[in-house]
Amino acid sequence: MKRVQFSSVYLPYLFIAPQMAIIFVFFYWPSVQAIQSSFYLEDPFGFGATFVGLSNYSDALGSVQYQAIARFTVVFTVLVTFLSLGIGMLLAVKADAVLKGSSTYKTLLIWVYAIAPPVAGLMGMMFFDQHIGPLVKFAALFGWDMKVGLNYNDTAIAMIIVSVWKQIPYNFIFILSGLQSIPVSVREAAAIDCRSGFRRFWTMTLPLLAPTAFFLLIINMTYALFDTFGVIDVMVKDKAANNPITLVYKVYMDGFRGNDLGGSSAQSVILMIVVFVLTIFQFRFIERRVHYN
Amino acid sequence: MNRIRLVDHLVLLLGVFVMVAPVVVAFMTSTHDAVDIHRNGLSFTWGGHFTETYNTVLTRKGGFTGDITGARMILNSLILGIGFAAGKIVLSMLAAYAIVYFRFRFGTLFFWMIFTTLLLPLEVRIVPSYEVMTKLGLTNTYTGLIVPLLASATGTFFFRQFFKSVPEELLEAARIDGAGPVKFFFDILVPLSRTMIAAIFIIMFVYGWNQYLWPTLMTTDERFFTLVRGIKQILLVWVGSNIPDYNEAFALAILAMLPPVMIVLIFQRWFIKGLTESDK
Repeated sequence: MKRVQFSSVYLPYLFIAPQMAIIFVFFYWPSVQAIQSSFYLEDPFGFGATFVGLSNYSDALGSVQYQAIARFTVVFTVLVTFLSLGIGMLLAVKADAVLKGSSTYKTLLIWVYAIAPPVAGLMGMMFFDQHIGPLVKFAALFGWDMKVGLNYNDTAIAMIIVSVWKQIPYNFIFILSGLQSIPVSVREAAAIDCRSGFRRFWTMTLPLLAPTAFFLLIINMTYALFDTFGVIDVMVKDKAANNPITLVYKVYMDGFRGNDLGGSSAQSVILMIVVFVLTIFQFRFIERRVHYN
Repeated sequence: MNRIRLVDHLVLLLGVFVMVAPVVVAFMTSTHDAVDIHRNGLSFTWGGHFTETYNTVLTRKGGFTGDITGARMILNSLILGIGFAAGKIVLSMLAAYAIVYFRFRFGTLFFWMIFTTLLLPLEVRIVPSYEVMTKLGLTNTYTGLIVPLLASATGTFFFRQFFKSVPEELLEAARIDGAGPVKFFFDILVPLSRTMIAAIFIIMFVYGWNQYLWPTLMTTDERFFTLVRGIKQILLVWVGSNIPDYNEAFALAILAMLPPVMIVLIFQRWFIKGLTESDK
């Protein structure tokens, strides 16, 4: 807050009103509805709803299918998070280290960020196509008969590759700008003290990058949980039955394809709790980072 | 020392190859005709059918109703991208101005209410959001496409951070000169924020252009399809066709990525600034 401020009876309300109005109608109203309808069993033909308490939640959490999808979501999230962070970090460290061409590499590496997840998914479908896909042919060299869209594990691997590919630039940008904010004096001191570049990375660079890396960890997790919807939707092509999907995709399927409003809402609320916990972690951490700066 | 640098360059070149090659192949393949692709697979070389394919994709009327063209989808995507970015900037600048520069009743409450929206992304509340939209009769409208996406706090936080860093002396000087809150906002704060506005516009345009889930839910009328939303439809048409139109699919993918990619490349400096300083 500013030391000097305006005082006006109505102006601040006028300024903040548009934002508040939109948040009320499009955020609070639906959120409250989600929580409310998660306690009801809606008639599929629209004839009212009955209060069923927590049974939507126990149905969801107790179902074998839900548990399997939850397990896949965890594996998917962990792999996408760490692979894109790791590869992004490797490239950023190298781009920071080279003297010539650093900015060219940067330009060439960041722009994939601007490709929409479903567009990346469409390209993935082509590259993993049974008939024309070069990556399927590449896999065949090692005797691996990849059947993306038919085989559960193959589809999962293709989805992970596409999702990681799309997320590498984001990690690259943040880690590179983190690296470039390390003062030259610190780097020089480290270079005098320690000749091994690898050890220098572990003992000097990585600790200094820790705040950025932690922030990216959370962002990558929310990316893998939610933003990959487009990749998944394009790659499973409405045949979710024997293909891997994530929890968000199940919320969508149950709500819009299965017309199970209560069940879908209960799953939404479960996801809300997951995101809530993740975000609290993130904000606590950012506070600490600002504090030490 | 030299040997190490060579390894660095090799790693980077491999990275560039992995990131860039798929898009180059997608573009090159889109210039071949469908039969050629079906027979020979994806291609690294120029096929010579660039004009025909892109012309077909942009102007041929398709879809189930037969009145949607690629050009129309591009227009819709532009409306969504620009409308979203502009709306976000206006709303969040005004709200951030009220929060930073005024002391008023419920100010802190409003701040926390805006803050809370960061906790729940649209994806976890899609079903109820859709219901609200049908109640309001906003499905298949541009309003329904754009406005609900504005209900988040990202921009507001970005401008709040920036306004807090504006020197206090400016406001004192303006007040001595007799400028009121409205005049101060438009004559001093908005011009000062120009770089910030540009940076956030780029981020938000890319975000809006790339929206997929929300347009999929909101638009069933093909006249409102955006390019990114139309992609699923294109894939569905393939089911059952003997030789899929790979070339057209690739051409649409290239068209769908072209505007956001160009913007990111041209305004690279602002883009990185906007991305790293808004912390999401």
